[in-house]
Amino acid sequence: MNIVVCIKQVPDTTEVKIDPKTGTLIREGVPSIMNPDDKGGLELALRLKDEFGAKVTVITMGLPQAEAILRESLAMGADRAILLTDRKLGGADTLATSYALSGALRELGYDLVITGRQAIDGDTAQVGPELAEHLDIPQVTYLEDCKFDGKKTFTIKKQLEDGYQMVQVDMPCLVSVLASSYKPRYMSVSGIVECFDKEIETWTVDNIKVEEEKLGKKGSPTNVKKSFAKAVKGQGEVIEVEPEEAVNIIVNKLKEKHII
Amino acid sequence: MDFSLTKQENLFLQMIREFAENEVKPLAAEIDEQERFPMETVEKMAKIGIMGIPIPKQYGGQGGSTQMYSMAVEELSRVCATTGVVVSAHTSLCAEPILMFGTEAQKQQYLPKLASGEWIGAFGLTEPNAGTDAAMQQTTAIDAGDKWILNGSKIFITNASYADVYVVFAMTDKSLGTKGISAFIVEKGFKGFSIGKKEKKLGIRGSATCELVFENCEVPKENLLGKEGKGFKIAMMTLDGGRLGIASQALGIAQGAMDETVKYVKERTQFQLADLETKINAARFLVRSAAERIDKGLPHSKDAAMAKLYAAEVAMEMTTKAIQFHGGYGYTREYPVERMFRDAKITEIYEGTSEVQRMVIAASLLK
Repeated sequence: MNIVVCIKQVPDTTEVKIDPKTGTLIREGVPSIMNPDDKGGLELALRLKDEFGAKVTVITMGLPQAEAILRESLAMGADRAILLTDRKLGGADTLATSYALSGALRELGYDLVITGRQAIDGDTAQVGPELAEHLDIPQVTYLEDCKFDGKKTFTIKKQLEDGYQMVQVDMPCLVSVLASSYKPRYMSVSGIVECFDKEIETWTVDNIKVEEEKLGKKGSPTNVKKSFAKAVKGQGEVIEVEPEEAVNIIVNKLKEKHII
Repeated sequence: MDFSLTKQENLFLQMIREFAENEVKPLAAEIDEQERFPMETVEKMAKIGIMGIPIPKQYGGQGGSTQMYSMAVEELSRVCATTGVVVSAHTSLCAEPILMFGTEAQKQQYLPKLASGEWIGAFGLTEPNAGTDAAMQQTTAIDAGDKWILNGSKIFITNASYADVYVVFAMTDKSLGTKGISAFIVEKGFKGFSIGKKEKKLGIRGSATCELVFENCEVPKENLLGKEGKGFKIAMMTLDGGRLGIASQALGIAQGAMDETVKYVKERTQFQLADLETKINAARFLVRSAAERIDKGLPHSKDAAMAKLYAAEVAMEMTTKAIQFHGGYGYTREYPVERMFRDAKITEIYEGTSEVQRMVIAASLLK
């Protein structure tokens, strides 16, 4: 079984602050980590490898420093690591990112593609589903638990807002995984010692068959008009009166603010 | 001297800190309170290779550096000194002497089990009348043809009762003094070997510290470690390296007490904290330097002694002041500095007291 796990390097948002003037993240001095949902996804891949035998490849699209999370993946037990990095990929939104990744996935070959549910820096949860669409394979998002029959079928517990769904899916397919479901293993000491002797394969746009105009900023329909920190809301006003009187007060307040 | 960590060491630090914080710290107060050996932590450490960091791959180890091993003991001790010494005694005092002095057959037999953490290791040198003066060994080993017969007892043995294999010292020829001491590998199931009294201790209370009793204990002939009569040298060389483990433990305790103090106090104590932070860093440089010398195969007896002497003293000073900074609360078990203070003291005593370290350092100057 060939498993490809898509991972992303993100700023550790528990340590991130927003610049009040520009409304953007202050990345300086903030440690970079492997996106937690992606790490959960890698853990799922490694458990499948432990139980059924599999080749686990990790891929990330990003800047050269994203090598750090690929090394970490190798130290946890991944077999192969690919860094997809190219200036032409810069400024990509989720659509252009998933498109570029789909090109790489086609080159790699796969039975199972695993992504994290979403990245803690963008929180879109779009790359996984879009990737499945580009590849034209079935997808199950918000994977909380799964059973594999050892051949080709997964029975997946998919998290919903108010419950869960049991879904069956055959490989090849894509799943997006929740960090909370798969506590990642620690890197092993020997994994750490050996991971720097392994090759991180650097791929550029030349390694994948894609249309260049669909990549990077050019291929990204998303435009960020403005980003800002959410204003802190003041404490609400509590008025304890009879319902009829309350209606009048509310209507007057809404009129005062020209809402109605 | 180059103190910059390698890429491996940096990644290792990331892992061991996370492990210590998530798996070790939550248990520290409990195992201290209950004087309970943290077996579940040992199993977790075994799984990721912490029980065999500097042991070569060919013997089932992780093939890591001494620096990594030292960092592991430091980071574990930063949150739990008990866990730190379990790893240190196992690695430095049992696996290392077998690696350094064992025959190929002994290495093949014992190292894979020790390095994987399937077996825990310990070291038996100290006796009621042979502490600092290790030459006063009373335990005897008699050559009985196909086996050795050991009689006597050892005290204050870290990991005892949980260990599966012990490196033990005994007199094979009393008339030769230190040259009559030999080293043996003893397994817990050997006939005539038993565990005696368990000590109730001030600190590192989760670690098991017991007496070893040998009553006509039968040790196979092939379990002599090194040559007959070389036991004293083996013990001293083992302790030269072992000291680094305790130095790392002391450093970890000091750093842990600093972490807690910084969390607790506000700006007003900043000048005193500055002095302590400087001392902790100085201790860390001594520890790293000694580890680097071991990794490079350079003489390190004096360096490890300086690291242990200084780190232990800094641990005592830091933990004493940490309680003071916390005021009355620091004296209670509500805050970890009370435990750290109790844990720190032993680092000035075991694996060579501070007085012994001064002797080693001074002797290197005057030779």
